[in-house]
Amino acid sequence: MAAPQFEVPKLTGYAETPAIKENATAHVKSFPANAAIQEGIGFPGELVEDWHDKAIAKMGDLLGKYRSLRVFMDACVHCGACTDKCHYFLGTADPKNMPVGRQELMRGVYRRHFTFAGKYFPSLVGAKDLTKELLDDWYKYYYQCSECRRCSVFCPYGIDTAEVTMAGREILDTVGYGQKYTNEIMGKLHKIGNNLGLPGPALQDTLEGMEEDMLDDTGVAVKMPLDVKGVEVLLVTPSADFFAEPHVESLMGYAKVFHAAGISWTLSTTASEAGNFGMFIGSYANMRRAALRIREAALELGVKRIVVGECGHAWRVAYSFWNTLTGVGHGGEDPFSIELQKQLDPRYPAPQHICEFTYDLIQQGKLKFDKSLNDHRVITFHDSCNVARGSRMGDMPGGQFVIPREIIKAVANNFHDMAEETIGEATFCCGGGGGLLTDDLMEVRVKGALPRMEAFNNVVQEQKVNFLALICAICKAQFTKVVPYYGFDMSMVGGVHQLVSTAIQLESEE
Amino acid sequence: MSFLTVLYACIFYAATAMFVGGLALKIRSYARTPAPLKIPTTPAPTTAGGVVLRMAREVALFESLFKSNKWIWLFGWLFHVSLLLVILRHLRYFTDPVWFWVVWAQPFGTYAGFAMVAGLGGLWARRFLVDRVRYISTPSDHLILALLIGIGASGLGMRFVAHTDIVGVKEFFRGLMTFNLQPLPADPALLVHLSLVALLMVIFPISKLLHAPGVFFSPTRNQIDNPRDRRHLAPWAAAQFESGAKQD
Ligand code: SF4
Ligand code: SF4
Repeated sequence: MAAPQFEVPKLTGYAETPAIKENATAHVKSFPANAAIQEGIGFPGELVEDWHDKAIAKMGDLLGKYRSLRVFMDACVHCGACTDKCHYFLGTADPKNMPVGRQELMRGVYRRHFTFAGKYFPSLVGAKDLTKELLDDWYKYYYQCSECRRCSVFCPYGIDTAEVTMAGREILDTVGYGQKYTNEIMGKLHKIGNNLGLPGPALQDTLEGMEEDMLDDTGVAVKMPLDVKGVEVLLVTPSADFFAEPHVESLMGYAKVFHAAGISWTLSTTASEAGNFGMFIGSYANMRRAALRIREAALELGVKRIVVGECGHAWRVAYSFWNTLTGVGHGGEDPFSIELQKQLDPRYPAPQHICEFTYDLIQQGKLKFDKSLNDHRVITFHDSCNVARGSRMGDMPGGQFVIPREIIKAVANNFHDMAEETIGEATFCCGGGGGLLTDDLMEVRVKGALPRMEAFNNVVQEQKVNFLALICAICKAQFTKVVPYYGFDMSMVGGVHQLVSTAIQLESEE
Repeated sequence: MSFLTVLYACIFYAATAMFVGGLALKIRSYARTPAPLKIPTTPAPTTAGGVVLRMAREVALFESLFKSNKWIWLFGWLFHVSLLLVILRHLRYFTDPVWFWVVWAQPFGTYAGFAMVAGLGGLWARRFLVDRVRYISTPSDHLILALLIGIGASGLGMRFVAHTDIVGVKEFFRGLMTFNLQPLPADPALLVHLSLVALLMVIFPISKLLHAPGVFFSPTRNQIDNPRDRRHLAPWAAAQFESGAKQD
């Protein structure tokens, strides 16, 4: 960890709302994308000449396409209920990181161009012209939002700043002002099939390596099949699971679960990425294009079920959008979706989260664990923002909170939750979601992690917790990098299926 | 017919037209704008009945606001419930004979006027006292509060301090409703009260007061959480499927 260029917040033991500090993070700006990156995903290479008019026109277009944006632009009453709910505001004190402050960057322009009051009485209602300075503010602050939806829980009208951020990024991309990190990854996914840009042979290699590791560890030949046709399950997982630590531990956990349950499965080279950064940039076209890879792989391989690995926003896209975008789901009535849905087993949800999959097997008594193997760990669980507030697991609302915790309790003896107001639907984002997981945003990533770190620190102090269990590739990468700033060891961070992997009892195949 | 009566008749016809027409246009635009993706804030109900309940709790109890901030909830809820009672009480000036439940609500409505002004005062105080709320407040936020307090104070004044000719007011409004103008009492407090109400009606469809219809159209609150069981398609999104699986 390099010496930080900014002041790392101190953990005080209780969460405080800071007094506002204007422009506190106005200097934090992620690297914009270059022309090659922009053009690779269908956007202009640089800021276009008539960016002002193009931006206003795009805003009009989006207002006509998204009811969320149209209603949210009008409905805010400036009540202030959301002002202390964003982890980036709590960590940075910059008022433009208050959800309503972030929305106002766009709402001012909306009022100016799309409302009577803003056209004729701009200063009365806070209407603003879209100047280059304001456009720069959009870029900065729409890339200081992780689209975690925490604000939407607390707003009396359900105003979801994530929707505004997505619209802001889509407008910025349209005028040629995109972000390097997200758009570069988007391009890699379209070209190669995953965010890391891993080609098929490299994938094969790493999977074989993992098979050997598991054989050495357990004495059992657990397989990691790739591109096998006619199996039961296609597993789609974030590509970080193939290479990054601690992600790989969970991937081996999934493989062991499949092995122990005797369910045939495969990974796919062409659908080797669950993540879908198209959502981050609010680009329906890019999101759909990326998601179609999953559909095509499922048709090609002839699988009956599609299971998604540990990843937060990926699960939101899969759970909430795949059926719409690609027909991966049930209940479709058009030829496009029926083509796939007649192949999928109606007894299982499509797609299914790996936690739902494992939990079902536990319920049926199909998996055996030696919980004591996890006794060196005292575990807490971080609800990933997009799983918590943008999806579900199981049949009951809130199953996304219950199921991962039940899995942990089934495989380990020591579990403690963090404070009520920081978990479940009120969970804080890790600080690195939504396209912020890049080193050029380290300051807001570290500061944005403050509310979670406070809550974590409290269970570390009081319950001797030493393991932060996660179900998201971004959470894993973010916390691995950020917990050292707060004085914790990065080995405290890991996946839920890493815990499963530790405790599961395998029998070698006959 | 006095100039005053004609003037106020015109004002109220115009204000009503702007209120109803403006609101209808806005509601139509909300209703016509598609919601292409499933975005309920979860945990969300998995049935239509559940969504109706969620919306009812949101509108009647301000459930999300209660989770969020007890002070804003207290002042905001107090204001809105009081306003509702006050409006119900005012129905007596438009109905003849007065509906029995309006008669029943009368005493509550009278004192609700005080609660309404108190709630507004609390909300206004926050705009000065809390730095975050001060930061986001625009002049119009203050003016709308001033307007509402002005309406409340002038109304309370006529009820408790200097009584106005209530019978005359009722005849004026009954007359407006039947397009048969009746003289309006020339009481300054009444004229102020009525002017402010007309102004409120005019700005309703062009201001943040649109939160009232808006909440019903908020996709994070009104959508059913069932995306895996039902394929959700908005027209502009569905068009992409008709033109083949085109990747645009
Ligand atoms: S979506 Fe999350 S990161 Fe964005 S403004 Fe709301 S609380 Fe903050
Ligand atoms: S809670 Fe909702 S209405 Fe209140 S200020 Fe925030 S976004 Fe606006």
